[in-house]
Amino acid sequence: MSTMQTRTAGDVAVTSPASKRARKSDKSRAEARLGWYLAGPAFVILVAVTGYPILQALYESLFSFRLTAPGDREFVGLKNYGVILTDSLWWRALGNTALITVVTVAVELVIGFALAMVMHKVLGWLRPIVRTAILVPYAIITVVSAYAWQYAFGLTTGFMNTLLGLGDYDWFANKWTALAVICLSEIWKTTPFISLLLLAGLAQVPSDMTEAAKVDGATAWERLWRVTLPNMKASIMVALLFRALDAFRIFDNVYIMTNGAAGTETVSSVAYNQTISRLEIGLGSAVSVLLFVCVLLICFVAIKGFKVDLARARGEG
Amino acid sequence: MGAMSTKEKTAWYVGALLIVLYAVIPVAYIVSMSFKSEAALSDKKFFPSDATWANYDEIFAGNGSDLFLPALRNSIITCLIATLIAVVLAMFAAYAIARLDFPGKRLVLTSALAVAVFPVITMVTPLFNLWRQVGLYDTIPGLIIPYLALTLPISIWTMSAFFRGIPWDMEQAAQVDGATSWQAFRKVIVPLAAPGVFTTAIIAFFIAWNDFVFGLSLTSTSRAQPVPAALSSFTGSSYFVQPTGAISAAAVIVTIPVVALALIFQRRIVAGLTNGAVKG
Repeated sequence: MSTMQTRTAGDVAVTSPASKRARKSDKSRAEARLGWYLAGPAFVILVAVTGYPILQALYESLFSFRLTAPGDREFVGLKNYGVILTDSLWWRALGNTALITVVTVAVELVIGFALAMVMHKVLGWLRPIVRTAILVPYAIITVVSAYAWQYAFGLTTGFMNTLLGLGDYDWFANKWTALAVICLSEIWKTTPFISLLLLAGLAQVPSDMTEAAKVDGATAWERLWRVTLPNMKASIMVALLFRALDAFRIFDNVYIMTNGAAGTETVSSVAYNQTISRLEIGLGSAVSVLLFVCVLLICFVAIKGFKVDLARARGEG
Repeated sequence: MGAMSTKEKTAWYVGALLIVLYAVIPVAYIVSMSFKSEAALSDKKFFPSDATWANYDEIFAGNGSDLFLPALRNSIITCLIATLIAVVLAMFAAYAIARLDFPGKRLVLTSALAVAVFPVITMVTPLFNLWRQVGLYDTIPGLIIPYLALTLPISIWTMSAFFRGIPWDMEQAAQVDGATSWQAFRKVIVPLAAPGVFTTAIIAFFIAWNDFVFGLSLTSTSRAQPVPAALSSFTGSSYFVQPTGAISAAAVIVTIPVVALALIFQRRIVAGLTNGAVKG
């Protein structure tokens, strides 16, 4: 009797931590399984819809291949990349794209924050009007925005020349003025995207913190920089990153307004012209791969340089 | 929010009016263009001097209607389905990312980012070839699938960023206070999460509605061609006439549902963001 009791006690002493460990790993296994059940479908679609095209593009970029002459398909290794990287058209397109990205994102961040502040602060009957108004440019199709701005500045259709007293100035004949109108359309259309994300961030700033800072005598400027902005850093980073990457792929505005004329090509429009217009699948695929590499570089800088990290935030948030 | 001084209030009101002007002027111009007669389209004035419905006749009953009406139907169907699928899938994924600890979480987020930044143009050629082989070329499902590549990543990122800001402890607190886990979820978590989901739905729908590259490249007829692609293929009544009026009228029509949606969702955003988790 007494030996049995001892043994039982001993067994309990030995098995108890082990079973606790087993329970814990069961729990984390269940959590892992649930995690994949929930995230899995989205993940599979993401990988399938883009994994296949990028692999195909990588493969095609190694061939000299025109759809009009399918028999002449020939493996050329990295020659397509050599052709592109030594062509001034590529560098001009890359320069235009980088310029458009920097200008539009910088302007949009400032205007977008101002819009978000107004949307956040305005009360009463104006509030729904303002919030609906901000959704209008955002919701409008880029192609429609491109036409609106093209017509506004157009040589025969535009009121802007009349308004500015410029007579018959052709905005789309000169590279810089054409790019300026393209940027205007892009900024007008996409600033609300940034301001909506910033507004979501603004709403997450605890109002008692700004109130407390106010009571402590902080000026509006200090409250903005010390309380509001640090508290919405995550929203700012997500907005900034997505807009920069989106701006880098600019296509619609360019296609509608100039279709690359007057030296306004962007990387995407070069890729489109090679692939769809000229049916140069090999060269077009290589441009697409290079565009993808550029975009990865931007991501890398954002994530390493600015510590945009969604995945790690869980434990620390 | 504390009481504002009159001066401060006035400043915000002026800001609000500037926003409305900012949003409305380019739209007003395209509306004005849509009412101009063919002769007035090149008069370089902001307002039409001789308002006419001719351009609307053109796209609803005239030569443009064969192109425009099916495109409008295609856009609506494609975008609604793509948004619904994307938001539901992304909601599950974002919940898992925000709340659960599972291996590969970073992988999901990284691939969402990779897809979000994926150059749309790069997808076009391989999909074009594949879709022709499997019969998805020039069909609505053939557009919905690539649209998921546009709408899913941003839905996942936006929603998981939002879900992380939710004080999930409140769920346990409610359970401690005697609520069942379903009550805790429904009364505490759903009201906190809903604003993020609705904001995401808006973003996803407008992104799908906005697509131009896929519509341009993966469709060829009124079977599946969406409005943006149709707009760029309008032709004038003769070779020498620019289709400016018809494009303007069509642009106005596709803007109307968008403004209507903005009105509906705007309430959700306001309610969501002002009653959100952050005030608790």
